[in-house]
Amino acid sequence: MPELFGATVLIRLNKGNSMNFLVITAQQLPGIFKQLGAGMVTTVEIFILTLVLSLPLGLVIAFGRMSKNPVLKAVTKIYISIMRGTPLMLQLLVVYFGPNLIFGLTISSNYRFPATIIAFVVNYAAYFAEIYRGGIESMEKGQYEAAQILGFSRTKTFVRIIFPQMFKRVLPSITNEAITLVKDTSLAFAISVTEMFTIAQRIASAKSSMIPYAAAALFYYIFNYVVAFAMERIEKKFDYYKS
Amino acid sequence: MKILEISNLSKSFGELEVLKDISLTVEKGQVVSIIGPSGSGKSTLLRCATMLEKADSGVISYEGSVMIKDGVYSDKAAIKEIKKKFGLVFQNFNLFPHMSILRNVTEAPIQVLGVEKSKAEKEGMELLEKMGLADKAKAYPCQLSGGQQQRVSIARALAMHPDVLFFDEPTSALDPELTGEILKVIKELAKDKMTMVIVTHEMIFAREVSDYVIFMNGGVIVEQGEAEQVINSPKTERLKAFLSKFTA
Repeated sequence: MPELFGATVLIRLNKGNSMNFLVITAQQLPGIFKQLGAGMVTTVEIFILTLVLSLPLGLVIAFGRMSKNPVLKAVTKIYISIMRGTPLMLQLLVVYFGPNLIFGLTISSNYRFPATIIAFVVNYAAYFAEIYRGGIESMEKGQYEAAQILGFSRTKTFVRIIFPQMFKRVLPSITNEAITLVKDTSLAFAISVTEMFTIAQRIASAKSSMIPYAAAALFYYIFNYVVAFAMERIEKKFDYYKS
Repeated sequence: MKILEISNLSKSFGELEVLKDISLTVEKGQVVSIIGPSGSGKSTLLRCATMLEKADSGVISYEGSVMIKDGVYSDKAAIKEIKKKFGLVFQNFNLFPHMSILRNVTEAPIQVLGVEKSKAEKEGMELLEKMGLADKAKAYPCQLSGGQQQRVSIARALAMHPDVLFFDEPTSALDPELTGEILKVIKELAKDKMTMVIVTHEMIFAREVSDYVIFMNGGVIVEQGEAEQVINSPKTERLKAFLSKFTA
Protein backbone atom coordinates (compact mmCIF):
# COMPACT_ATOMS: atom_id res chain seq x y z
CA MET A 1 0.00 0.00 0.00
CA PRO A 2 2.24 2.73 -1.24
CA GLU A 3 -0.14 5.60 -0.59
CA LEU A 4 -0.58 4.80 3.04
CA PHE A 5 3.16 4.30 3.45
CA GLY A 6 3.84 7.66 1.86
CA ALA A 7 1.38 9.37 4.14
CA THR A 8 2.91 7.97 7.29
CA VAL A 9 6.36 9.10 6.26
CA LEU A 10 5.08 12.56 5.55
CA ILE A 11 3.47 12.88 8.95
CA ARG A 12 6.56 11.62 10.72
CA LEU A 13 8.79 13.99 8.82
CA ASN A 14 6.57 16.93 9.60
CA LYS A 15 6.40 16.16 13.25
CA GLY A 16 10.02 15.34 13.81
CA ASN A 17 11.52 18.03 11.67
CA SER A 18 9.58 21.06 12.77
CA MET A 19 10.24 20.24 16.40
CA ASN A 20 13.99 19.80 16.01
CA PHE A 21 14.19 22.79 13.76
CA LEU A 22 12.93 25.07 16.51
CA VAL A 23 14.98 23.44 19.24
CA ILE A 24 18.19 23.84 17.32
CA THR A 25 17.62 27.44 16.32
CA ALA A 26 16.91 28.50 19.83
CA GLN A 27 19.57 26.78 21.82
CA GLN A 28 22.33 25.25 19.79
CA LEU A 29 23.12 27.62 16.97
CA PRO A 30 26.23 29.14 18.56
CA GLY A 31 27.44 25.61 19.29
CA ILE A 32 26.98 24.55 15.69
CA PHE A 33 28.85 27.56 14.41
CA LYS A 34 31.65 26.85 16.81
CA GLN A 35 31.94 23.22 15.73
CA LEU A 36 31.77 24.13 12.04
CA GLY A 37 34.30 26.89 12.66
CA ALA A 38 36.71 24.30 14.06
CA GLY A 39 36.17 22.16 10.95
CA MET A 40 36.74 25.24 8.82
CA VAL A 41 40.40 25.26 9.87
CA THR A 42 40.88 21.91 8.14
CA THR A 43 38.85 23.08 5.13
CA VAL A 44 41.08 26.14 4.74
CA GLU A 45 44.17 23.97 5.19
CA ILE A 46 43.07 21.66 2.37
CA PHE A 47 42.33 24.71 0.19
CA ILE A 48 45.64 26.49 0.77
CA LEU A 49 47.87 23.40 0.63
CA THR A 50 46.20 22.25 -2.58
CA LEU A 51 46.69 25.62 -4.26
CA VAL A 52 50.25 26.13 -3.03
CA LEU A 53 51.31 22.70 -4.29
CA SER A 54 49.19 22.27 -7.42
CA LEU A 55 49.84 25.68 -8.98
CA PRO A 56 53.60 25.04 -9.43
CA LEU A 57 53.09 21.33 -10.17
CA GLY A 58 50.65 22.30 -12.91
CA LEU A 59 53.37 24.35 -14.56
CA VAL A 60 55.76 21.38 -14.54
CA ILE A 61 53.06 19.18 -16.07
CA ALA A 62 52.29 21.85 -18.67
CA PHE A 63 55.97 21.80 -19.70
CA GLY A 64 55.76 18.03 -20.05
CA ARG A 65 52.59 18.34 -22.09
CA MET A 66 54.26 20.84 -24.45
CA SER A 67 57.57 18.98 -24.53
CA LYS A 68 59.11 17.85 -27.80
CA ASN A 69 59.94 14.54 -26.13
CA PRO A 70 57.19 12.17 -27.37
CA VAL A 71 57.31 9.91 -24.30
CA LEU A 72 57.01 12.79 -21.83
CA LYS A 73 54.28 14.33 -23.94
CA ALA A 74 52.26 11.09 -24.09
CA VAL A 75 52.66 10.36 -20.37
CA THR A 76 51.47 13.82 -19.30
CA LYS A 77 48.63 13.70 -21.81
CA ILE A 78 47.37 10.40 -20.40
CA TYR A 79 47.82 11.68 -16.85
CA ILE A 80 45.74 14.79 -17.56
CA SER A 81 43.14 12.73 -19.36
CA ILE A 82 42.68 10.38 -16.39
CA MET A 83 42.63 13.18 -13.82
CA ARG A 84 40.01 15.11 -15.73
CA GLY A 85 38.07 12.08 -16.89
CA THR A 86 37.37 10.43 -13.53
CA PRO A 87 35.64 11.82 -10.42
CA LEU A 88 37.76 13.50 -7.78
CA MET A 89 35.92 11.53 -5.10
CA LEU A 90 36.92 8.27 -6.73
CA GLN A 91 40.54 9.45 -6.95
CA LEU A 92 40.38 10.37 -3.29
CA LEU A 93 39.18 6.88 -2.36
CA VAL A 94 41.90 5.28 -4.48
CA VAL A 95 44.62 7.37 -2.85
CA TYR A 96 43.31 6.63 0.64
CA PHE A 97 42.36 2.96 0.36
CA GLY A 98 44.73 2.01 -2.49
CA PRO A 99 47.78 1.34 -0.28
CA ASN A 100 45.73 -1.17 1.68
CA LEU A 101 43.65 -2.71 -1.08
CA ILE A 102 46.46 -2.94 -3.61
CA PHE A 103 49.59 -3.47 -1.48
CA GLY A 104 48.06 -4.76 1.74
CA LEU A 105 49.59 -1.96 3.81
CA THR A 106 47.90 -0.98 7.05
CA ILE A 107 46.61 2.58 6.84
CA SER A 108 46.12 4.68 9.93
CA SER A 109 43.57 7.44 10.30
CA ASN A 110 46.56 9.83 10.30
CA TYR A 111 46.81 9.13 6.58
CA ARG A 112 43.41 10.69 5.89
CA PHE A 113 44.59 14.28 5.66
CA PRO A 114 47.76 13.57 3.59
CA ALA A 115 45.67 11.36 1.28
CA THR A 116 43.25 14.24 0.75
CA ILE A 117 46.08 16.63 -0.09
CA ILE A 118 47.72 14.15 -2.47
CA ALA A 119 44.45 13.46 -4.32
CA PHE A 120 43.53 17.13 -4.55
CA VAL A 121 46.98 18.27 -5.65
CA VAL A 122 47.39 15.70 -8.43
CA ASN A 123 43.85 16.40 -9.63
CA TYR A 124 44.03 20.18 -9.59
CA ALA A 125 47.54 20.22 -11.07
CA ALA A 126 46.10 18.54 -14.18
CA TYR A 127 43.54 21.30 -14.60
CA PHE A 128 46.11 24.03 -13.95
CA ALA A 129 48.46 22.41 -16.47
CA GLU A 130 45.86 22.78 -19.20
CA ILE A 131 45.10 26.35 -18.17
CA TYR A 132 48.80 27.24 -18.31
CA ARG A 133 49.19 25.51 -21.67
CA GLY A 134 46.33 27.56 -23.06
CA GLY A 135 47.95 30.73 -21.71
CA ILE A 136 51.40 29.91 -23.04
CA GLU A 137 50.10 28.93 -26.46
CA SER A 138 48.13 32.17 -26.69
CA MET A 139 51.35 34.20 -26.52
CA GLU A 140 52.29 35.99 -29.73
CA LYS A 141 55.18 34.51 -31.67
CA GLY A 142 56.68 38.01 -31.86
CA GLN A 143 57.39 38.01 -28.13
CA TYR A 144 59.58 34.93 -28.51
CA GLU A 145 61.26 36.35 -31.59
CA ALA A 146 62.01 39.70 -29.93
CA ALA A 147 63.51 37.83 -26.95
CA GLN A 148 65.53 35.60 -29.26
CA ILE A 149 66.95 38.53 -31.21
CA LEU A 150 67.92 40.30 -27.98
CA GLY A 151 69.78 37.17 -26.88
CA PHE A 152 67.58 36.02 -23.99
CA SER A 153 68.14 32.40 -23.01
CA ARG A 154 65.12 30.09 -23.14
CA THR A 155 64.78 30.16 -19.37
CA LYS A 156 65.00 33.94 -19.17
CA THR A 157 62.55 34.31 -22.03
CA PHE A 158 60.03 32.27 -20.09
CA VAL A 159 60.63 33.74 -16.65
CA ARG A 160 60.86 37.40 -17.62
CA ILE A 161 58.73 37.72 -20.74
CA ILE A 162 56.30 34.85 -21.25
CA PHE A 163 55.31 33.86 -17.70
CA PRO A 164 54.28 37.33 -16.42
CA GLN A 165 52.05 37.89 -19.45
CA MET A 166 50.69 34.35 -19.41
CA PHE A 167 49.84 34.66 -15.71
CA LYS A 168 47.69 37.71 -16.33
CA ARG A 169 45.82 35.91 -19.09
CA VAL A 170 45.06 32.80 -17.03
CA LEU A 171 44.04 34.57 -13.81
CA PRO A 172 40.28 34.45 -14.53
CA SER A 173 40.53 30.69 -15.15
CA ILE A 174 42.58 30.23 -11.97
CA THR A 175 39.87 32.12 -10.04
CA ASN A 176 37.31 29.69 -11.41
CA GLU A 177 39.32 26.70 -10.26
CA ALA A 178 39.96 28.22 -6.82
CA ILE A 179 36.24 28.71 -6.31
CA THR A 180 35.51 25.16 -7.38
CA LEU A 181 38.23 23.97 -5.03
CA VAL A 182 36.56 25.65 -2.03
CA LYS A 183 33.46 23.57 -2.68
CA ASP A 184 35.41 20.42 -3.58
CA THR A 185 37.04 20.38 -0.13
CA SER A 186 33.72 18.92 1.07
CA LEU A 187 34.57 15.70 -0.82
CA ALA A 188 37.06 14.92 1.94
CA PHE A 189 34.05 13.79 3.96
CA ALA A 190 34.13 10.61 1.83
CA ILE A 191 37.16 9.43 3.83
CA SER A 192 35.97 11.01 7.09
CA VAL A 193 38.46 13.87 7.25
CA THR A 194 37.07 16.13 9.95
CA GLU A 195 36.70 19.18 7.76
CA MET A 196 33.73 21.49 8.00
CA PHE A 197 31.30 19.57 5.82
CA THR A 198 31.97 16.25 7.53
CA ILE A 199 31.13 17.89 10.87
CA ALA A 200 28.00 19.52 9.44
CA GLN A 201 26.88 16.17 8.13
CA ARG A 202 27.43 14.50 11.50
CA ILE A 203 25.49 17.12 13.43
CA ALA A 204 22.72 17.09 10.85
CA SER A 205 22.18 13.35 11.13
CA ALA A 206 22.52 13.35 14.92
CA LYS A 207 19.94 16.10 15.33
CA SER A 208 17.86 15.32 12.20
CA SER A 209 18.07 18.95 11.21
CA MET A 210 18.71 21.01 8.09
CA ILE A 211 20.29 23.83 10.09
CA PRO A 212 23.87 22.47 10.03
CA TYR A 213 23.66 22.21 6.23
CA ALA A 214 22.39 25.77 6.00
CA ALA A 215 25.22 26.90 8.23
CA ALA A 216 27.72 24.97 6.08
CA ALA A 217 26.33 26.62 2.95
CA LEU A 218 26.81 30.01 4.58
CA PHE A 219 30.41 29.13 5.50
CA TYR A 220 31.21 28.06 1.93
CA TYR A 221 29.58 31.13 0.51
CA ILE A 222 31.55 33.49 2.75
CA PHE A 223 34.79 31.60 2.02
CA ASN A 224 34.20 31.90 -1.71
CA TYR A 225 33.26 35.53 -1.38
CA VAL A 226 36.66 36.17 0.22
CA VAL A 227 38.44 34.10 -2.47
CA ALA A 228 36.67 35.95 -5.29
CA PHE A 229 37.47 39.28 -3.67
CA ALA A 230 41.15 38.41 -3.26
CA MET A 231 41.43 37.20 -6.85
CA GLU A 232 39.77 40.36 -8.11
CA ARG A 233 42.37 42.40 -6.25
CA ILE A 234 45.16 40.38 -7.86
CA GLU A 235 43.60 40.80 -11.31
CA LYS A 236 43.38 44.55 -10.75
CA LYS A 237 47.09 44.61 -9.94
CA PHE A 238 47.77 43.40 -13.46
CA ASP A 239 45.55 46.06 -15.01
CA TYR A 240 48.43 48.47 -15.48
CA TYR A 241 49.02 47.25 -19.02
CA LYS A 242 47.18 45.78 -21.97
CA SER A 243 48.73 43.41 -24.43
CA MET B 1 85.37 46.13 -43.52
CA LYS B 2 82.71 43.57 -44.33
CA ILE B 3 80.07 43.41 -41.60
CA LEU B 4 77.86 40.83 -43.25
CA GLU B 5 78.62 38.41 -45.98
CA ILE B 6 76.05 36.09 -47.50
CA SER B 7 76.81 33.73 -50.33
CA ASN B 8 74.76 31.17 -52.21
CA LEU B 9 72.05 31.19 -49.57
CA SER B 10 69.00 29.01 -50.24
CA LYS B 11 65.87 28.38 -48.25
CA SER B 12 62.73 26.38 -48.97
CA PHE B 13 59.46 25.99 -47.14
CA GLY B 14 58.55 22.46 -48.16
CA GLU B 15 58.32 22.48 -51.95
CA LEU B 16 58.42 26.25 -52.18
CA GLU B 17 61.85 27.73 -52.85
CA VAL B 18 61.77 31.10 -51.12
CA LEU B 19 65.42 32.04 -51.50
CA LYS B 20 67.55 30.88 -54.41
CA ASP B 21 71.30 31.32 -54.37
CA ILE B 22 71.39 34.73 -52.68
CA SER B 23 74.74 36.49 -52.35
CA LEU B 24 75.39 39.94 -50.92
CA THR B 25 77.80 41.85 -48.72
CA VAL B 26 77.24 44.75 -46.35
CA GLU B 27 80.19 47.02 -45.59
CA LYS B 28 80.66 48.86 -42.32
CA GLY B 29 78.68 52.10 -42.25
CA GLN B 30 76.69 51.14 -45.31
CA VAL B 31 72.91 51.51 -45.53
CA VAL B 32 71.42 48.79 -47.73
CA SER B 33 67.76 48.72 -48.73
CA ILE B 34 66.05 45.60 -49.94
CA ILE B 35 63.03 46.24 -52.13
CA GLY B 36 60.69 44.01 -54.05
CA PRO B 37 57.08 42.84 -54.27
CA SER B 38 55.42 40.80 -51.50
CA GLY B 39 56.48 37.19 -51.56
CA SER B 40 59.79 38.04 -53.19
CA GLY B 41 61.69 36.58 -50.22
CA LYS B 42 63.08 39.79 -48.76
CA SER B 43 61.63 39.25 -45.28
CA THR B 44 62.76 35.61 -45.32
CA LEU B 45 66.25 36.79 -46.24
CA LEU B 46 66.24 39.06 -43.19
CA ARG B 47 64.87 36.29 -41.00
CA CYS B 48 67.59 33.90 -42.18
CA ALA B 49 70.27 36.52 -41.55
CA THR B 50 68.96 36.98 -38.00
CA MET B 51 68.42 33.26 -37.36
CA LEU B 52 64.66 33.52 -36.95
CA GLU B 53 64.59 31.06 -39.84
CA LYS B 54 67.10 28.35 -40.59
CA ALA B 55 68.70 28.49 -43.99
CA ASP B 56 69.11 25.27 -45.96
CA SER B 57 72.44 25.94 -47.60
CA GLY B 58 74.98 28.64 -48.27
CA VAL B 59 77.17 30.81 -46.09
CA ILE B 60 76.35 33.62 -43.68
CA SER B 61 79.14 35.29 -41.75
CA TYR B 62 79.41 38.39 -39.61
CA GLU B 63 82.78 40.16 -39.51
CA GLY B 64 84.43 36.93 -40.58
CA SER B 65 82.72 34.79 -37.93
CA VAL B 66 80.82 32.01 -39.63
CA MET B 67 77.20 31.54 -38.60
CA ILE B 68 76.35 28.93 -41.22
CA LYS B 69 78.56 27.34 -43.83
CA ASP B 70 77.26 24.93 -46.47
CA GLY B 71 74.08 24.45 -44.49
CA VAL B 72 75.85 23.65 -41.20
CA TYR B 73 75.44 26.05 -38.29
CA SER B 74 78.34 26.84 -35.98
CA ASP B 75 78.28 25.65 -32.38
CA LYS B 76 76.17 27.30 -29.69
CA ALA B 77 78.98 29.38 -28.20
CA ALA B 78 79.94 30.83 -31.57
CA ILE B 79 76.31 31.57 -32.45
CA LYS B 80 75.83 33.32 -29.12
CA GLU B 81 78.72 35.68 -29.91
CA ILE B 82 77.51 36.28 -33.48
CA LYS B 83 74.01 37.14 -32.24
CA LYS B 84 75.46 40.06 -30.31
CA LYS B 85 76.57 41.62 -33.59
CA PHE B 86 73.11 42.30 -35.00
CA GLY B 87 69.80 43.77 -33.96
CA LEU B 88 66.37 43.66 -35.57
CA VAL B 89 63.48 46.10 -35.64
CA PHE B 90 60.21 44.29 -36.33
CA GLN B 91 57.29 45.42 -38.42
CA ASN B 92 54.98 44.94 -35.42
CA PHE B 93 57.44 46.37 -32.86
CA ASN B 94 57.04 43.35 -30.53
CA LEU B 95 57.66 45.42 -27.43
CA PHE B 96 57.19 43.70 -24.09
CA PRO B 97 53.74 44.98 -23.05
CA HIS B 98 54.17 44.24 -19.34
CA MET B 99 57.35 46.31 -19.03
CA SER B 100 57.69 50.07 -18.86
CA ILE B 101 59.27 51.83 -21.85
CA LEU B 102 62.57 52.23 -20.00
CA ARG B 103 62.58 48.59 -18.93
CA ASN B 104 61.89 47.50 -22.50
CA VAL B 105 65.16 49.20 -23.38
CA THR B 106 67.21 48.11 -20.34
CA GLU B 107 65.98 44.53 -19.85
CA ALA B 108 68.25 42.89 -22.44
CA PRO B 109 71.44 44.81 -21.52
CA ILE B 110 70.89 43.87 -17.85
CA GLN B 111 69.73 40.27 -18.34
CA VAL B 112 71.77 39.27 -21.36
CA LEU B 113 74.93 41.40 -21.23
CA GLY B 114 75.05 41.71 -17.44
CA VAL B 115 75.23 45.51 -17.49
CA GLU B 116 74.69 47.13 -14.11
CA LYS B 117 71.14 48.41 -13.65
CA SER B 118 72.05 52.05 -12.98
CA LYS B 119 74.37 52.12 -15.98
CA ALA B 120 71.79 50.47 -18.24
CA GLU B 121 69.13 52.95 -17.13
CA LYS B 122 71.38 55.94 -17.71
CA GLU B 123 72.14 54.73 -21.20
CA GLY B 124 68.52 53.77 -21.78
CA MET B 125 67.42 57.30 -20.90
CA GLU B 126 69.98 58.73 -23.31
CA LEU B 127 68.61 56.52 -26.09
CA LEU B 128 65.02 57.50 -25.29
CA GLU B 129 66.13 61.13 -25.26
CA LYS B 130 67.58 60.63 -28.73
CA MET B 131 64.24 59.15 -29.87
CA GLY B 132 62.36 62.07 -28.34
CA LEU B 133 60.66 59.81 -25.82
CA ALA B 134 62.38 60.62 -22.52
CA ASP B 135 59.06 61.77 -21.04
CA LYS B 136 57.54 58.35 -21.79
CA ALA B 137 60.13 56.34 -19.84
CA LYS B 138 57.64 55.29 -17.17
CA ALA B 139 54.73 54.69 -19.56
CA TYR B 140 53.74 51.30 -20.96
CA PRO B 141 53.69 50.34 -24.65
CA CYS B 142 49.87 50.30 -24.78
CA GLN B 143 49.86 54.01 -23.91
CA LEU B 144 52.00 54.95 -26.93
CA SER B 145 51.18 55.54 -30.58
CA GLY B 146 52.49 53.11 -33.19
CA GLY B 147 55.22 55.52 -34.23
CA GLN B 148 56.33 55.99 -30.63
CA GLN B 149 56.33 52.24 -30.06
CA GLN B 150 58.48 51.72 -33.10
CA ARG B 151 60.94 54.35 -31.85
CA VAL B 152 61.11 52.49 -28.52
CA SER B 153 61.85 49.27 -30.37
CA ILE B 154 64.67 51.02 -32.23
CA ALA B 155 66.04 52.25 -28.89
CA ARG B 156 65.72 48.71 -27.50
CA ALA B 157 67.76 47.34 -30.42
CA LEU B 158 70.39 50.10 -30.13
CA ALA B 159 70.83 49.44 -26.40
CA MET B 160 72.54 46.17 -27.33
CA HIS B 161 75.14 48.05 -29.44
CA PRO B 162 74.74 45.97 -32.58
CA ASP B 163 77.27 46.30 -35.39
CA VAL B 164 74.45 46.05 -37.89
CA LEU B 165 70.78 46.83 -37.46
CA PHE B 166 68.11 45.12 -39.57
CA PHE B 167 64.69 46.68 -40.19
CA ASP B 168 61.84 44.48 -41.39
CA GLU B 169 59.37 46.87 -43.02
CA PRO B 170 59.56 49.25 -40.06
CA THR B 171 56.76 51.52 -41.25
CA SER B 172 54.33 48.99 -42.74
CA ALA B 173 52.23 48.67 -39.57
CA LEU B 174 51.99 52.44 -39.11
CA ASP B 175 49.44 55.01 -40.21
CA PRO B 176 50.85 56.97 -43.17
CA GLU B 177 51.22 60.14 -41.09
CA LEU B 178 53.38 58.29 -38.58
CA THR B 179 55.89 56.81 -41.04
CA GLY B 180 57.77 60.12 -41.25
CA GLU B 181 58.96 60.04 -37.66
CA ILE B 182 60.47 56.57 -38.13
CA LEU B 183 62.14 57.46 -41.42
CA LYS B 184 63.60 60.53 -39.73
CA VAL B 185 65.10 58.41 -36.96
CA ILE B 186 66.63 56.02 -39.51
CA LYS B 187 68.10 58.96 -41.42
CA GLU B 188 69.70 60.23 -38.24
CA LEU B 189 71.17 56.81 -37.57
CA ALA B 190 72.55 56.79 -41.11
CA LYS B 191 74.20 60.15 -40.40
CA ASP B 192 75.86 58.54 -37.35
CA LYS B 193 77.26 55.90 -39.71
CA MET B 194 75.15 53.08 -38.31
CA THR B 195 75.30 50.01 -40.55
CA MET B 196 71.73 49.16 -41.55
CA VAL B 197 69.85 46.72 -43.75
CA ILE B 198 66.29 47.84 -44.40
CA VAL B 199 63.47 45.91 -46.02
CA THR B 200 61.10 48.63 -47.16
CA HIS B 201 58.30 49.66 -49.47
CA GLU B 202 59.21 53.34 -49.19
CA MET B 203 61.01 53.89 -52.51
CA ILE B 204 61.70 57.60 -52.10
CA PHE B 205 63.09 56.94 -48.66
CA ALA B 206 65.19 54.01 -49.91
CA ARG B 207 66.76 56.20 -52.57
CA GLU B 208 67.36 59.03 -50.15
CA VAL B 209 68.82 57.15 -47.20
CA SER B 210 70.56 54.13 -48.65
CA ASP B 211 73.93 53.73 -50.31
CA TYR B 212 73.01 50.47 -51.93
CA VAL B 213 69.73 48.96 -53.11
CA ILE B 214 68.91 45.31 -53.72
CA PHE B 215 65.84 44.41 -55.76
CA MET B 216 64.45 40.95 -55.15
CA ASN B 217 61.80 39.03 -57.03
CA GLY B 218 60.80 35.37 -56.86
CA GLY B 219 63.51 34.50 -54.36
CA VAL B 220 66.42 35.86 -56.38
CA ILE B 221 68.31 39.15 -56.47
CA VAL B 222 67.27 40.61 -59.82
CA GLU B 223 69.25 43.82 -59.64
CA GLN B 224 71.55 45.57 -57.20
CA GLY B 225 73.78 48.61 -57.11
CA GLU B 226 74.13 52.22 -55.99
CA ALA B 227 70.79 53.48 -54.71
CA GLU B 228 70.42 56.40 -57.15
CA GLN B 229 71.35 54.29 -60.10
CA VAL B 230 69.11 51.32 -59.29
CA ILE B 231 66.02 53.38 -58.53
CA ASN B 232 66.50 56.17 -61.10
CA SER B 233 67.67 54.08 -64.01
CA PRO B 234 66.65 50.43 -63.57
CA LYS B 235 68.19 48.02 -66.05
CA THR B 236 65.74 45.12 -65.91
CA GLU B 237 62.17 45.18 -67.15
CA ARG B 238 61.01 43.58 -63.91
CA LEU B 239 62.39 46.40 -61.77
CA LYS B 240 61.05 49.03 -64.18
CA ALA B 241 57.58 47.51 -63.87
CA PHE B 242 57.88 47.36 -60.10
CA LEU B 243 59.04 50.95 -59.73
CA SER B 244 56.38 52.28 -62.10
CA LYS B 245 53.74 51.27 -59.53
CA PHE B 246 55.29 53.68 -57.04
CA THR B 247 55.89 56.68 -59.26
CA ALA B 248 52.45 56.41 -60.86
